[in-house]
Amino acid sequence: MSTVLESQMIKNGTQGAQKMNIVIIGHVDHGKSTLIGRLLADTQSLPKGKLEAVKAQCAYHARPFEYAFLLDALKDEQSQGITIDSARCFFKSKKREYILIDAPGHIEFLKNMISGAARAEAAVLVIDAHEGVQENSRRHGYLLGMLGIRQAIVCVNKMDLAGYDRRVFERIRSEFSAFLTQTGIAPRHFIPISARDGFNVAAAGDAMPWYDGPTVLEALDGFEKEPPRVGQPLRLPIQDIYKFTEQGDNRRIFAGRIETGTLRVGDAVVFYPSGKRSTIASIEAFNAPPVHEATAGEAVGVTLREQVYVRPGELLVRTDESPPATARQLRVNLFWMGREPMIFNKRYLLKLGTARAPVWLRQIRTVLDASELTTERNRRHIQRHDVAECVLETLKPIAFDPTAEIAQTGRFVLIDNYHIAGGGVVLQAESNAADRLSEHVQQREKSWRRSRITPLMRSYRTGQRSTLVVIAGPPQTGKAALAQALEEKLFAAGRQVYYLGLDNSLLGMDEDISRNYLRDEYLRRLGEVAHVFTDAGMILITTVSDLDSYELQVLRTLNHPGENLIIGVGAHGLAAADVDLKLNVPLNPSEAAGQVANLLTERHYLPEYYL
Amino acid sequence: MTKTMTQLDVLEAQSVYILREAYRSFKQLVMLWSIGKDSTVLLWLARKAFFGHVPVPLMHIDTGFKIPEMIQYRDTFALKWKLNLIVGQDVEALEHKHTFPDGNLSRLVCCKRLKSETLKHTLSGEWPRWALNHKTGAYERQDGGEPFTGVIVGARADEEGSRSKERYFSPRDTHSEWDIAEQPPELWNQFNTDFAPGTHVRIHPLLDWTELNIWEYIERENIPIIDLYFDKGDGKRYRSLGCAPCTGPVDSTAQNVREVIEELRSGKFSNIAERSGRQQDAEDGGGLETLRREGYM
Repeated sequence: MSTVLESQMIKNGTQGAQKMNIVIIGHVDHGKSTLIGRLLADTQSLPKGKLEAVKAQCAYHARPFEYAFLLDALKDEQSQGITIDSARCFFKSKKREYILIDAPGHIEFLKNMISGAARAEAAVLVIDAHEGVQENSRRHGYLLGMLGIRQAIVCVNKMDLAGYDRRVFERIRSEFSAFLTQTGIAPRHFIPISARDGFNVAAAGDAMPWYDGPTVLEALDGFEKEPPRVGQPLRLPIQDIYKFTEQGDNRRIFAGRIETGTLRVGDAVVFYPSGKRSTIASIEAFNAPPVHEATAGEAVGVTLREQVYVRPGELLVRTDESPPATARQLRVNLFWMGREPMIFNKRYLLKLGTARAPVWLRQIRTVLDASELTTERNRRHIQRHDVAECVLETLKPIAFDPTAEIAQTGRFVLIDNYHIAGGGVVLQAESNAADRLSEHVQQREKSWRRSRITPLMRSYRTGQRSTLVVIAGPPQTGKAALAQALEEKLFAAGRQVYYLGLDNSLLGMDEDISRNYLRDEYLRRLGEVAHVFTDAGMILITTVSDLDSYELQVLRTLNHPGENLIIGVGAHGLAAADVDLKLNVPLNPSEAAGQVANLLTERHYLPEYYL
Repeated sequence: MTKTMTQLDVLEAQSVYILREAYRSFKQLVMLWSIGKDSTVLLWLARKAFFGHVPVPLMHIDTGFKIPEMIQYRDTFALKWKLNLIVGQDVEALEHKHTFPDGNLSRLVCCKRLKSETLKHTLSGEWPRWALNHKTGAYERQDGGEPFTGVIVGARADEEGSRSKERYFSPRDTHSEWDIAEQPPELWNQFNTDFAPGTHVRIHPLLDWTELNIWEYIERENIPIIDLYFDKGDGKRYRSLGCAPCTGPVDSTAQNVREVIEELRSGKFSNIAERSGRQQDAEDGGGLETLRREGYM
């Protein structure tokens, strides 16, 4: 690169220019690292002395120098001669700064390649002219499409080994173009190069006069920055809600990054999936002048005019724009990178936007061999490196956009055994598959063995109808004291009653919900235990903090065919129709216990007279 | 009308997002503060992320050999910005003079002991922590602290080879070691915020920043950076800060942030590695890999 131009760019400042992330991918040994080493060396982007030092090291070890060594910063990588992880290097052209991501080509390191590629805005696919299109060339091409990378060029490398033969280049071009078309990627250019000798990398050279297209460097400069996604509807996934009261700050700030669209003070907004509504009161910032508008890409914090209670993970959108989809069953395309295969009836964790939720694999529609683009049906699990179209199910509805509409809120990862093990895109909401919990309960009722003692016989003996009494409400509102008082009162009256006094904090219930995923598991156990108690003819009393309608539905489903009585304490947050008795705070435990006992009588759980 | 985000805006937004993700995910979260420019920018970004507050404790590993101005600067801003500051130190090594400056250890072993090991044991809570009391201004010894499971670090990918392979959220195993080949994937701003018992996660909000970006941001935000980075008339300044015996100043007449930026953009340092003044790197054969796998920052 010319130093005159460079210093000109520098005078203009880099603050206004944007870096571009480019991933370089390809089959193992097709010469990615060599290409990057060449680009760095030929554009004078290497630190002073680096080239000489590596050359000297090679001479010392009596090895021929290779440009790839420049990148192989890690020792064990040099000894194996393959890139194990996506290394990043910085480099400047006349036009802009680049971050080059060197993604490993070996199949074992596919997850590293994915990590590298997911950060990129454009891709360079490298194919060895000698070996031609290989399994990973195709697999990588397919995954790029899925990752949402649309801009790409293909370098046909090692043309020196193919005698700079145009026919070799053309053959690879037509073969690979045909494949890529099916994945939605249309490469801008196919470029015949020799990374080792530097032809068509930073300069054309004279080896391939038949080629009149751009060099790699020119093609990189030809990539376009994706314009900010301001034209799409507002999508602000809520990352967290802050209130630093102890520091004397009473602002209640909803923080997150705007993925798409524009947000203004005064906008009427709605949170999904809760459906709660409010108005933007202010856009908050530290050490910056106040603003009235924020757009896609900005990490913001907003305050609301009307206070609403929502948890992190909800999606904030404008009421005057199209809403996201909400569903419990999602039809998705996913690729699996976990060591263990993905199986049915196992609980995974889903991260979509800022939402985090337990999720189950419900259906495998097809499994795709990404290197051949052939599909397989009737598979019972998804193996490492498989790409599958399948249906996932969560316990509660999740807000998202189909990937074809808004990519940013239509992609997700799956966690297995603490680590990200899969990633994918949501195709659409799935509506007609059977509900997982209902299916489980049906199965359970079918296989539950019972004696000849019927519920009626139990009722006759105990003089009561069994039910689950759930006391719901915010933490620290005296729910446990009420539960205890109620148990004692009923016990004294000779009833078959039990207070399941599981300390919520034992299971992480008192912590911020977003910090753990155990809550659904706690509720599942509670539902199963409740079912045993109600089946046995007992009155079971329990308390749950911040129970929401979906969680209540989980309890009801699991307790089926047992009955339920829901007591809402204070600002319980449930729909009025869900609550059988509403109690105000502060509670007087014995008085409140009397009210609940009266309701049990009214509803004939505890009949005063019976025949 | 749409405003265009500058490169610094983009970097800032990403770092803020990562910091908020860390705060949301880790109950036992700590941020390392070396007093240098990178971790001070990180601290500033935390104030951005949390609207003027720093709700995460900061940890400084004080080898006992830091350049004295660093300690002064640390204490001044810890009080001013109301930071919950924790200091870790290998008191035993200092007492028995098991150090390089005392002539008893090589640079590399000294670094491993006074920094890596101290960090590891202070993070885990096995060793005492000294917490700043804002009323008295003194540091008070605390024993039996809970282990930190999320550790925010100011490492940048452009510093040297091994750092360019870090993830934003990099899990470390039960021995604090880094298994580079087996790192879980990270995509689309979804990070590995879960961790198995006994392990912890290193969080790198500055991974995409370059040395030049750091200085440009210091200038834009007017961040009060320690003045060891500037020439005060003798034609020398520090480019990178560390322990006094192993960190040398470089020849430079840059006296303020603007001049440092000019020097990095087009001047004498535009092609020279930042850590060239650090002696332990040379002993490690040119990379920090050995130190870093064993827990070095």
